[in-house]
Amino acid sequence: MRRTLAKASLHTALNLLFFTVIGTAFLALTYNLTLDRIAQSEEYEKLKLIKQIVPATAYDNDIIRDTVLLAADALLGNDHETVLYRGRMKSRPSIAVLQATAPDGYSGKINLIISIRHDGRIGGVRVISHKETPGLGDYIEIAKNSWITVFNDASLEQPGDGGWKVKKDGGQFDYMAGATVTPRAMVKAVHKALQYYAQHRDELFAQPPP
Amino acid sequence: MSTQEIRDIFLNGLWKQNTGVVQLLGLCPLLAISSSVVNALSLGLATTLVMALSGSAVAAIRDFIPNEVRIPVYVLLIAVLVTIVQLLINAYAYPLYLVLGVFLPLITTNCIVLARAEAFASKNGALSSALDGIAMGLGLTGVLVTLGGIREIFGHGTLLSGLDLVFGEAAKSWVITVVPNYHGFLLAILPPGAFITLGMLIALKNWLNLRADQKAKVNVTISSSSQAA
Repeated sequence: MRRTLAKASLHTALNLLFFTVIGTAFLALTYNLTLDRIAQSEEYEKLKLIKQIVPATAYDNDIIRDTVLLAADALLGNDHETVLYRGRMKSRPSIAVLQATAPDGYSGKINLIISIRHDGRIGGVRVISHKETPGLGDYIEIAKNSWITVFNDASLEQPGDGGWKVKKDGGQFDYMAGATVTPRAMVKAVHKALQYYAQHRDELFAQPPP
Repeated sequence: MSTQEIRDIFLNGLWKQNTGVVQLLGLCPLLAISSSVVNALSLGLATTLVMALSGSAVAAIRDFIPNEVRIPVYVLLIAVLVTIVQLLINAYAYPLYLVLGVFLPLITTNCIVLARAEAFASKNGALSSALDGIAMGLGLTGVLVTLGGIREIFGHGTLLSGLDLVFGEAAKSWVITVVPNYHGFLLAILPPGAFITLGMLIALKNWLNLRADQKAKVNVTISSSSQAA
């Protein structure tokens, strides 16, 4: 009796193992077949996003490959490494694209991508991902509203420290009625990212690409 | 397989045993993604594809699976298929992948897929199981799209917005603005809107069924009374 029970268990276990192996094999095969194409389309998508905030006339290098890994930093609002893209014109630094996180959105983190010209002016800001309320706080997406262009050309000097707030708090930045937490978080995050850039600009461009 | 069987499978999937409004299975993605027609349609079709594949796969190997471990094997199969579909969409339809994003892996947890594997595919042939998957999936897609349409019109005043994400920039002009200058109705977009709309759809389905039953009853009485006369 005990024998047959053990035998049956073994049989079942082997059977399950067999299906697991087959399943894994199929997964590995598909993964390998699609790997290159997925990497390609992801890079293409990234480039498309970067092109929205970096004018084509601002760089002449291969901006996607000229990267530096940034350690997590309180000014960037993140807790993991991010990639910084470096644009150069005639081999001289012209523009940088970095990722920052606004940790205090209405419902969680708002991930941003920001381009900053060499002189410290913002080229543009885009939201990569967020969980803000649809219909209320999601006007930060360029697909929904052009609000996010309020950051274009802003810098640490213009509007200056006191100006880096939404209008409701006495600052320079417009917001939309009904949702102030979201733009407040965004303005703070962009301001901090500018400070980070001001502190690290030269060493970032000096580092060799990977 | 006779045409009658095929008809029954589709009648069950699309109407009688509709996953969305009768079986009430797989509500998690249903409620999460049905905020617009385009999202609803994309996820519905992806689920249909997975159900057709998992149905035929389960049916094909049903004789080799020991009865005690059939559920883990089904789950394994479904997870593998969903991942393959996800990888393929990621590689060959990247814009669609951006829309469906986190919801694709959730198809695995959609219990309707497992439910059909257990209730239908484990007892029927590969072909009819594939058809059952397609029928059930299309039934679900129908409900999803209806929900998405209602929520999008009430929530945003548009229809088919986001189509450009699937078909490229050209599709931007296909968006239909149902109510111009609409300020939006937040409740319809948020999860409660999904519950309320779904409740109304279920009520509508039940009402239609009741009416059909009553009509049938009246017809029976009429025909029997005419026989008596």
